[in-house]
Parts: sequence; structure tokens; C-alpha cells
Amino acid sequence: MHPVEVADLTVAYHEKPAIWDVDFHAPAGVLLAIVGPNGAGKTTLLKAILGLIQPSAGTVTIFGKPARKQMHRLAYVPQRGSVDWDFPTTVLDVVTMGLYGKLGWFRRPGKKEKQLAMLSLEKVGMAEFASRQISQLSGGQQQRVFLARALVQDADLYLMDEPFIGVDAVTEKAIVELLRELRSRGKTVVVVHHDVQTLKHYFDWVLLLNVRKIALGPAQKVLTTRNLQKTYGGRAAFLNGNA
Amino acid sequence: MLDYTLLLVLSGCLVLGAVAGTLGSFAVLRKQSLLGDAISHAALPGVAIAFLLTFSKHPAVLLLGALATGWVGTLFILLITRTTRIKHDTAMGIVLSVFFGLGLFLLTLIQRLPTASKAGLDKFLFGNASTLLRQDLQVMLALGGLTLLFVLLFWKEFKLLAFDPDFLHSLGRNTLTLDVFLTTLLVVAIVIGLQAVGVVLMSALVIAPAVAARQWTDHLGRMVALAAFFGGLGGVLGAVASSSLTNLPTGPAIVVIISLMFLASLLFSPHRGLAKDWIRQRKHRKEIHANQVLVALFMLSKSHGSRYYRHSLTSLQAVTPGSAEAGLEALKKRGLVSGSASGWKLTPKGAQEAEQAAKHIYGEAP
Repeated sequence: MHPVEVADLTVAYHEKPAIWDVDFHAPAGVLLAIVGPNGAGKTTLLKAILGLIQPSAGTVTIFGKPARKQMHRLAYVPQRGSVDWDFPTTVLDVVTMGLYGKLGWFRRPGKKEKQLAMLSLEKVGMAEFASRQISQLSGGQQQRVFLARALVQDADLYLMDEPFIGVDAVTEKAIVELLRELRSRGKTVVVVHHDVQTLKHYFDWVLLLNVRKIALGPAQKVLTTRNLQKTYGGRAAFLNGNA
Repeated sequence: MLDYTLLLVLSGCLVLGAVAGTLGSFAVLRKQSLLGDAISHAALPGVAIAFLLTFSKHPAVLLLGALATGWVGTLFILLITRTTRIKHDTAMGIVLSVFFGLGLFLLTLIQRLPTASKAGLDKFLFGNASTLLRQDLQVMLALGGLTLLFVLLFWKEFKLLAFDPDFLHSLGRNTLTLDVFLTTLLVVAIVIGLQAVGVVLMSALVIAPAVAARQWTDHLGRMVALAAFFGGLGGVLGAVASSSLTNLPTGPAIVVIISLMFLASLLFSPHRGLAKDWIRQRKHRKEIHANQVLVALFMLSKSHGSRYYRHSLTSLQAVTPGSAEAGLEALKKRGLVSGSASGWKLTPKGAQEAEQAAKHIYGEAP
């Protein structure tokens, strides 16, 4: 029973398939990166797992059951650019949103929820920004807030869409630390990633994707020149030295 | 003492303004401002159809009709955007014009019917609060109260739906259902205002209070409360204005007053106001200009071999953009230059600052 398992998944926008017949699973307790060129269907795959996009074919199971029934066991970190950061709310309030699922209908977040959110903010080094309006955050700070919101959910499976995009080196390091901490607690983390150079350092498992699945497995085994060339086409030439 | 009719009208406008402001806040934050316009126009044929089916002008009947077509119009927009490649704004445009056209067509038909009770439906175009009756107010209070209650009950969900719907989905909530629910509440909020404000201008009462409120606060709860207040106040003042001027329809009166509130908020709110931006920019520009004059004075003195060489205003004006005199006066106030009409020179403090500024501009040792 894998944390996430995808079978024969095909997603098409109008006629063009975005992902085609993809099978993949993430074993428990790994940091898994979904990697591929622009338009490879990385985000689409993540959204299909979440049920945000209806697949044309295929199934998604999370811990052995249909994804729809297992949402309480996962935490999602959307792309930072997917929301309007001018929304009238504070950092602490955004993090508290991670607890709305547990709170259930009609109940308002109280003292306990605020405390949990504060703890989560401390973990990402943002405690001092708790009462700040979210429009006054830098890109890296926005990303940390989103991570804190996922951490407070205390899920078993984390799905993150490009958490490293547009953040500075310090934040990138802090995020990697967080991912490792999650792994050490037995959580499974699936991350859409774009930087081939850092793959081996950050992740244990890799899914190489370019509309179709190219390869899946432990990073050391999967990241061969041949696989990367298959994923990136001719553009992989410059990667040979490092990959 | 207020007379009964006026009190009735005022309460009605208060309720419809407050409800429109509340739901409008969510519409504005979800970037659906124009949806309100489409909905209100789409409600017009509903009024006509309800009348044609029942020949009754009871508000419950007419509003039910408005609710039905307003909702169907919204559904059409959703359907068009989801199943075709037509974009959201185009879909709204189509629904707005088609439904409004149909509504006008039906209203014209009704005018030609030989029944006695036909008159008065045209108030749904531009609104007429003075015709509000006790039963109208009852319907408005019931529907408006219910709408506000639902907003309070589903506050968390609606907030997240507006801020990050994908995340709301990931919490296991059905976002499509919640979306339809919130939009339905918006339809209700619009429909209860139609008789008093009219389909043509109702969207202003949805958008303007919310945008005005956003200017004053960065807190969603306070924004919604303030929008409700602005909407209610605008409704009441508009009703008063329209009742004291003969032949002024209520809709335009309310819209003009709400627009004034919006304009004042846009200009004078403490954090996001344009006036504050403008003052800050002007101060900044003045400082930069003064600095330019300071550096010009410094460079000119250097070429004369003495830091404290006295220059005439004309020679300084030749090397500075804008008014050299204004800049010099500002510098004099800061104690950086001394002089008068006879000529200007740097003070020691001024020379020091000028040297630093020059280094900043020209790099090391100019």
C-alpha cells in the first residue's frame, strides 16, 4: 500500500494529451521529485493526483483508497503564484487555513489552532511575521508561509508544486532541511522540481516525465545520461557533465 | 417624526445595501465584479416571465422569477466557460446581453397586454424605492437575513474559496458545490435590490462598497463589515435623495452616493490612498531635485578650485534641471548651503554631503 499510486493516467486538455498513460508510485518515507522540461505535465500530474483535474483515463489511489476519500491524509502546497497575495489577510491566518479541514464545518479556529499555527511558523522561521499582512512578504517568505500551512496539517503525504521557484539560497536551504525533517518522521513528500543540478542532493527518488513516464526509481539509478537525454531531448547535452 | 412609508423605504434600502456590500466583497475578491452585472441583467426576463405566468405582482413571485433566470444565467456562464473555449468575460457578455434583451422584449409585450395590473414593472429597470411596500420589505428581510446567516456559517469555506480554491479542494471540500452556493447567495443579494435599484445599476452596489472598504482595511472580516456599512449607508442616503428630489429614480441616486464614498476611499484611505502616494512621491521628487542642485554646486565649486566658491543663481540655473532657486531654498533649510540673491555657496556640512552624493553618482573621486 503505497502513499500514492497512479495507474494508466492520461490527462488531455482538448485534443492534446498533457500526460499520457503514466504509471507511478511513491514508496513510503521518500523524498520524490517529479522532473521534466516545461510542458512535460509535472503540475498536471500533481493536480490529477489531487483530483483538481479530471483525468481522461486511469486511477489514483492514496494509501490504498481512492484519492477523494483520503484528502485528510495529504497536504498540498500549491505554486506560490497561484493566489493573489493582495488578499486581505495575515500570515498567521493563512497558516491557520491548514486546520480548516480538521475543524470541520461551522467551527471557527480558536486559541488552540492559533498556537498550532504559531508553532508551524516557528518551524519555517517566520514567527515574527505572524501578524504581517501577506502583501508585504517577499517571494521566499510567501513560500515559507505556504509550507507552514502544509506543516500544520500534519499529513502523511505532502504534495508540493515547485516550492523552490523564485526563492533565495537561504530559503532553498531551509526548505530542504524541512523536507528532510519530514522524511525523518516517516512522511512521504512528492515535489514538482525543475532543477536537474540539485536533484541528487535533495531527493531519494525521481520520476522523469515528459508527457510519458521516462523513468522512475532511486535517484542514483535513474539519473543516467541516457534517461536525461530521453527526458530533455537534445537540450540535455549541457547537463552531461553534472548529471 | 418619520412617516411610516419613508421608514419602510429606508429600512429596505439599508437591508439591500448591506447584503449587496457583504456578498459584493466576496465577488470582488474572487475577481468576479462583472458577474454581478451579468446576474442583475439576467434577472430581468425572470421578473417578466413570473408576471406573465401568474399575473401577480407580489414581490415573492417576481423575485422568485428574477432568482430563477439570474441563476440560470450564472449557470450558463459556468457551462460556457467549462465546455467551450470561450473565455469568462465573453461568456458574461453573451449572457448579459441576451438575457437583458429578452427581458426588455418581454417587458414591451407586457406593456401591450390589455390587463389593468401591468403597470409598474418598468421600475425594475432603474429602480424605484418609493414604491416599496410592507410585503416587499418582509421578503427582503427574510432573504437578506438568510443570506447573511449563510455567509457567517460558511465563513471559513468562503474565505478559502476566494483566496485559494485549490487548497480548499485539497482539504476535501467540494469546491464546485461551494462555488455554486456562494454564487447563489450573490444572486439572492442582487435580486432583493432589483426593485429599488434596478437591473441596470445594481452591479454598482455590489462592486463599489466592497472596493471602497478594501481601501481601509487589510482584514477580511473588517472589510466585509465595512462594505456592508457603506452599502447600507449608500442605500439610505440614496433613498433620502431620491425622495426629496422629484422624478429622481432611486438607483442612480444610490449609485452616485456610493461612487462618492468609493472616490473618497480611493483618494484618502491611510495606506492604499492615492493622496498619500501622491504626497510621498512629491516629497521624494523634491528631495532628489535638491540633491541634484547640491551636487551641481559642489562640482561647479571644484572646477573653481575651492569647495566654498560663491556662485550666482544664473550660473547654477544653467547646470541644474528645474528651478535652482527652489532647490537652494530647500537646502538652506537643511543647513547645507548659505547665501542669498548675491550668490550661493556650500556650508562645510553641505560640502561633506555633496561629496558623498557625488561619489554615489560618479563613483570614486569625481
